[in-house]
Amino acid sequence: MRRFVLWLALLCVFAPAQALTPEQALALSRGDTSSRIAALNAALDAPDDRTVSLIQALADDAVRVSGTAVFIVRDDKGFDPVSGAEVALPAAAEEVINNNQMRSELDAALAFVKLSSPDAEVRLAAVKTLAGEPDEAKLPAIQKAFAAEKVPAIKEALGDLRYALLLGSADRAKRLEAATALGDSGTPATKTLLLERLKTESDAQVTAALKGSLAAIESRLAWGERLGVVFTGVSLGSILLLVALGLAITYGLMGVINMAHGELMMIGAYATYVVQNIFRTHFPGAFDAYVIAAIPVSFLAAAAVGAVLERSVIRWLYGRPLETLLATWGISLILMQAVRNLFGAQNVPVENPAWLSGGWQVMSNLTLPYNRIAIIAFAMLVLAGVAALIAHTRLGLFVRGVTQNRKMAACMGVNTARVDTYAFALGSGIAGLAGCALSQVGNVGPDLGQSYIVDSFMVVVLGGVGQLAGTVYAALGLGVLNKLLEGWQGAVLAKIMVLVFIVIFIQKRPQGIFAMKGRSAEA
Amino acid sequence: MQRRFALKLTTAAMAAAGMLPLSALAADTIKVGVLHSLSGTMAISESVLKDTVLMMIADQNAKGGLLGKKLEAVVVDPASNWPLFAEKARQLITQDKVAVTFGCWTSVSRKSVLPVFEELNSLLFYPVQYEGEELSKNVFYTGAAPNQQAIPAVEYLMSKEGGGAKRWVLLGTDYVYPRTTNKILRAFLKSKGVDEKDIVETYTPFGHADYQTIVADIKKFSAGGKTAVVSTINGDSNVPFYKELGNAGLKAKDVPVVAFSVGEEELRGVDTKPLVGHLAAWNYFMSIKSPANTEFIKKWSDYAKANNVPGHKDKPLTNDPMEATYIGFNMWVQAVKKAGTTDVDKVITAMGGQTFPAPSGITSKMDEKNHHLWKSVFIGEIRADGQFNVVWKTPGPVRAQPWSPFIPENKGKKDEPVIAKK
Repeated sequence: MRRFVLWLALLCVFAPAQALTPEQALALSRGDTSSRIAALNAALDAPDDRTVSLIQALADDAVRVSGTAVFIVRDDKGFDPVSGAEVALPAAAEEVINNNQMRSELDAALAFVKLSSPDAEVRLAAVKTLAGEPDEAKLPAIQKAFAAEKVPAIKEALGDLRYALLLGSADRAKRLEAATALGDSGTPATKTLLLERLKTESDAQVTAALKGSLAAIESRLAWGERLGVVFTGVSLGSILLLVALGLAITYGLMGVINMAHGELMMIGAYATYVVQNIFRTHFPGAFDAYVIAAIPVSFLAAAAVGAVLERSVIRWLYGRPLETLLATWGISLILMQAVRNLFGAQNVPVENPAWLSGGWQVMSNLTLPYNRIAIIAFAMLVLAGVAALIAHTRLGLFVRGVTQNRKMAACMGVNTARVDTYAFALGSGIAGLAGCALSQVGNVGPDLGQSYIVDSFMVVVLGGVGQLAGTVYAALGLGVLNKLLEGWQGAVLAKIMVLVFIVIFIQKRPQGIFAMKGRSAEA
Repeated sequence: MQRRFALKLTTAAMAAAGMLPLSALAADTIKVGVLHSLSGTMAISESVLKDTVLMMIADQNAKGGLLGKKLEAVVVDPASNWPLFAEKARQLITQDKVAVTFGCWTSVSRKSVLPVFEELNSLLFYPVQYEGEELSKNVFYTGAAPNQQAIPAVEYLMSKEGGGAKRWVLLGTDYVYPRTTNKILRAFLKSKGVDEKDIVETYTPFGHADYQTIVADIKKFSAGGKTAVVSTINGDSNVPFYKELGNAGLKAKDVPVVAFSVGEEELRGVDTKPLVGHLAAWNYFMSIKSPANTEFIKKWSDYAKANNVPGHKDKPLTNDPMEATYIGFNMWVQAVKKAGTTDVDKVITAMGGQTFPAPSGITSKMDEKNHHLWKSVFIGEIRADGQFNVVWKTPGPVRAQPWSPFIPENKGKKDEPVIAKK
């Protein structure tokens, strides 16, 4: 903030600032969009700091109008934009509403003012904003800024911007220079510019240069697109892996056809919602950390429900798959209705914390959303945890033992009933973790589980029942396959094609990708 | 003795609330059928319309009823089951002998009941925006036809103020309404000189949750020129779509998305942060300031509180289909008064040309011929609180075109119901 004020002051020293008048303030805030834009452009001619703060306030949606009086509202207090003094805010004052056109003009105006900021980062951000909407009227100012710029990165960005504006120049030589130079840029915005120009260009030499530059940019952008497809595939695969991993234990290892698996995920998602609300009311300062706290809570909540389920219903039905199927399906309905009664039938809002919103811009046309990256990492962690648990712990040993030969394990003194409960609770808990992850990308509602139950069975069956590794391959394979087909044929057909593929695959290889090897004593 | 008294008391109370069709009272009441799903997938949207009709009936009875008789609601639950709609409609008309029915939401449910209403010559008020291509003597359409929602929205996006979009992504859920609307829009865009290669049409299955590929495609497509997205995505698939859009860095001012199925009720229970600035086109917004709207909102809030309408008792919300129900009911009352009877044919004649001060701030008129309302179109921007800022509206009410001129097969179709000769 202090920096902002400082360069505003600097600005005032260099340019004979023109003071903001009440009429100007009103013209900026009221009227139709075109007259407001005209007022904005007029105000940009050597603005004083009051004008800039009014524009800033307009961009922040913090301006109200009552009659002919304009107010800047900050922290529920009214300020007069002309004098800057605090004034009483009339209750009837109406908020100034900006449409998208006005908003981009305001952003461009602010960026234009910030071009002369002493802070390099502010300047770079300003150049980037201006590059989004090139306006030829600003060319002289940008030429000047380009000449004065010292930081190489900003100078380059300004140079690109300058060329972008020169592309519309009447001088053929300048156009040619710009068309050639823009080939080095790699942003989709430049591609748009070149395409636009190509439509109206009459000169053959410039047209050739434009086409050459376009080809260069497109080949650069193609890499971003390819990587994008791979990433979306891996991301979908990691979600499939998370939803199927719990089932790989309850169905894959224990043989329980658990139709309530989806509802266990839903419980995990609702647990996340509850944790979010607790953080919002009790620890608003640490709100962004709620997801971390929600991970163990969703695990425990779903695991507890799973354990109760196993003790009360499923354990009487081992070895009777049809009855298990019906009983768990009934349980899924009961769980959904219970959630409807507790939280209502409507979806509940789960907010992304700030560090999971937005994305990491890897290339100019490839942005990887943080929530997707986090889910991939989370899926890997859960997978590693489960693998370690099954392979290296005493519980894992018991689970493997009981799965392979229940009677022999019992003879060796393993309490098989308890191992069953633990294993089922573990599978349920992992479903809860999946629910926690899903709450960050989709809807949280009573029907959440329904949309994933088919997918999760698909992954487990395709991967081979009883195999964790198979589940991993199947999840990632299906994810990437689905995304490749979607890019090619659209979402509706892609879904059908994936189902057809699975049907054919299971026909040819009923045991899935990996078959259980060795002596599985129990069929 | 005591128990019998209590029993009587409850029956009386229930009858007073208009919940129970009592045969003893039936002789001197006018029955109003309510045919909205109260269970199943559509319950979220439709049940509030049932409450709107009940509110209007209670209101009319408080004013002394209609033609000297009390109104009585007959509520049935077609349970989001399309064939059941037709059965329940038949039951309302033949058994309960309702004078009028308010009902249906999805186009497929309307198509299911239409033959019943035509066969038994009864009256249906349909309050939801739809794809047009239909006109029946027995139905009054109080929701928008495509030229009262979709086409003005696209015109706005084409205008300088709306961003001057040159390329179009028509994105929808795969069923009748989006497919027909997009067919009309495509023809409209072509008539405005938009090139075939500047339009893409994409559909997703119901309940689609992974919009990564689609958003990446939109991003790629938008590099070719100023792009706008017209979304007919249905229901809660909207949330993952907007979330993905926000995370991929596509802002509303770069690539605006205009939605035809996202309203106040749909935004309840949604984290609105990624949606702010995107657009919706409707004929009514709760945020519109007009005396009629203030009255409508107050009536609804009071009713919702007094009757414990779930969700609305804490946070009353009104939306476009509710307004359409409200206008339709009031017009029906006016038409019955004008006709002096509830006889279907006389009421239909009296309906033409009825006017009513709509909460959207205009005087809404039932067209003399085509059974559709004249409506103003508003473009609203989503605000962080789940309400809308109106950024644009049509200069005046627009006449409905149920047969879109942009579908070639509609040429020569009459703009009024054709009554088959017997």
